[in-house]
Amino acid sequence: MRVELDEPKCVASGQCVMASPEVFDQRDEDGVAVLLEETPGAELLDGVREAVAICPAAAIRLVEG
Amino acid sequence: MTRYVIVGGSAAGLAAAETLRREGYDGTLTLIGDESRPPYDRPPLSKQVLAGEWDADRLRLRTPADLDALGLDLRLGVAAAGLDTAGRTVRLADGTSVAYDGLVVATGVRPRRLPGEGAHVLRSLDDALALRGRLAAGRHLVVVGAGFLGAEAAAVARGLGARVTLLEPAPVPLAHAVGEAVGRVLSRAHLEHGVDLRTGVTVVEAGAGGVRLADGTVVEADEVLVAAGSLPNTEWLDGSGLTVEDGVVCDAYCRAAPGVYAAGDVARWHNPLFGVAMRIEHRTNAAEQGMAAARNLLRPEASKPFAPVPYFWSDQYDMKIQAYGYLRGHDEVGVADGDLSSGRFLAVYRTGDHVSGALAVGMPPKAIRSWRQAITTRTPWHDAMGAVSVN
Ligand SMILES: Cc1cc2nc3c(=O)[nH]c(=O)nc-3n(C[C@H](O)[C@H](O)[C@H](O)COP(=O)(O)OP(=O)(O)OC[C@H]3O[C@@H](n4cnc5c(N)ncnc54)[C@H](O)[C@@H]3O)c2cc1C
Ligand code: SF4
Repeated sequence: MRVELDEPKCVASGQCVMASPEVFDQRDEDGVAVLLEETPGAELLDGVREAVAICPAAAIRLVEG
Repeated sequence: MTRYVIVGGSAAGLAAAETLRREGYDGTLTLIGDESRPPYDRPPLSKQVLAGEWDADRLRLRTPADLDALGLDLRLGVAAAGLDTAGRTVRLADGTSVAYDGLVVATGVRPRRLPGEGAHVLRSLDDALALRGRLAAGRHLVVVGAGFLGAEAAAVARGLGARVTLLEPAPVPLAHAVGEAVGRVLSRAHLEHGVDLRTGVTVVEAGAGGVRLADGTVVEADEVLVAAGSLPNTEWLDGSGLTVEDGVVCDAYCRAAPGVYAAGDVARWHNPLFGVAMRIEHRTNAAEQGMAAARNLLRPEASKPFAPVPYFWSDQYDMKIQAYGYLRGHDEVGVADGDLSSGRFLAVYRTGDHVSGALAVGMPPKAIRSWRQAITTRTPWHDAMGAVSVN
């Protein structure tokens, strides 16, 4: 599974970092999310799904591939 | 066969639906929403949509494929009109009814209106597109209410070159929410951007061509936007036996009655972290509470109290405002970083003996995160502020 981040949509809430700190971080200058792992291992997917669900900007997707 | 029903097809309702599926519920899942569009996002309405930067497609909360994958019995464009908690059925406006084993109420809020005809409000995509179509350089917009919504609309309208008059009944905009000092800083931005901000002004009537103030004065306008707060959509619950007091009253588990939960802007629940009942109109809360309500509905025996630190953001001019916690009713505001006059600061709030909130403008995420942690752990104010002065 691959994580997609729609950066211009991100509102810098940091919810994804709280849900899945292994996969997401935030840029220091503007708080916009950065992907640490584009294809996270299976053990990280629950956290990523949580991030997808709570991202207040619908900026994260988890897709096949 | 089990059937769960969710009423309200927006952020909270969608989060509840997705969570039920993610947690393994594979029975019938009915989502009823009175808007005909599939779930879309509201925060960009007063930002990128009003500014004309994004079209409607960008607001979709889920792609059609992701929505399909949920296998919903989706009833869009039809309102729920009544609830029978004894018979466990929802009555719809088209005369049909739906029986449920479990129900999530996520009907949100609608704008408070003022007497008069023809003023804009800003809640739905159609509202935003209608206002967008009327804003242009040189046109005069009067905004009634300088809360976050009114402030964002004023900022966007200035960006489009419109002339903006912002009318606010309180002496300092947002003071009740963020305190006077921070409220003053936020309203300074309007003055710097050429908004005619008038405080202590009560509007009694708002029409297409202007507004009438309590003292009889008329302020003329090309367009009027009323941004004077909102009302929970609970009329359809009249006679259901649910307790409605400015929202659907729930316990700490978001439960309003056996088998009935509420989430999002419409829900008033007891937040055990702060020890008070609250109703929160923030985007993140809608999703988090939709998830929490769904989990508690699905596994009542493993119910968890919903005890979040509320969070919201607001974009005005070049300011990104972010706030954590429950600021309302605070006793003291301190400045933990930056300074209020610089437009880059982190204000922190004390309620009783504890850190209850933080509001940041232009601060790096890591600076804010430690204060969020302090709110979550109910850190005593003196410990937290002691650490500030040592640094
Ligand atoms: C213009 C605007 C800007 C915003 N900006 C921000 C921001 O910057 N940051 C932030 O944190 N929050 C912001 N918010 C708030 C955020 O959008 C809301 O908190 C969020 O939309 C709440 O989601 P909800 O699902 O609880 O309710 P809603 O989004 O109100 O959805 C409720 C849905 O239920 C439907 N409904 C109502 N009654 C019935 C019925 N009887 N039967 C069937 N369906 C019904 C409604 O039509 C609606 O589709 C903003 C809101 C607006 C309007
Ligand atoms: S949760 Fe969404 S909006 Fe918030 S920082 Fe992550 S990607 Fe951005």
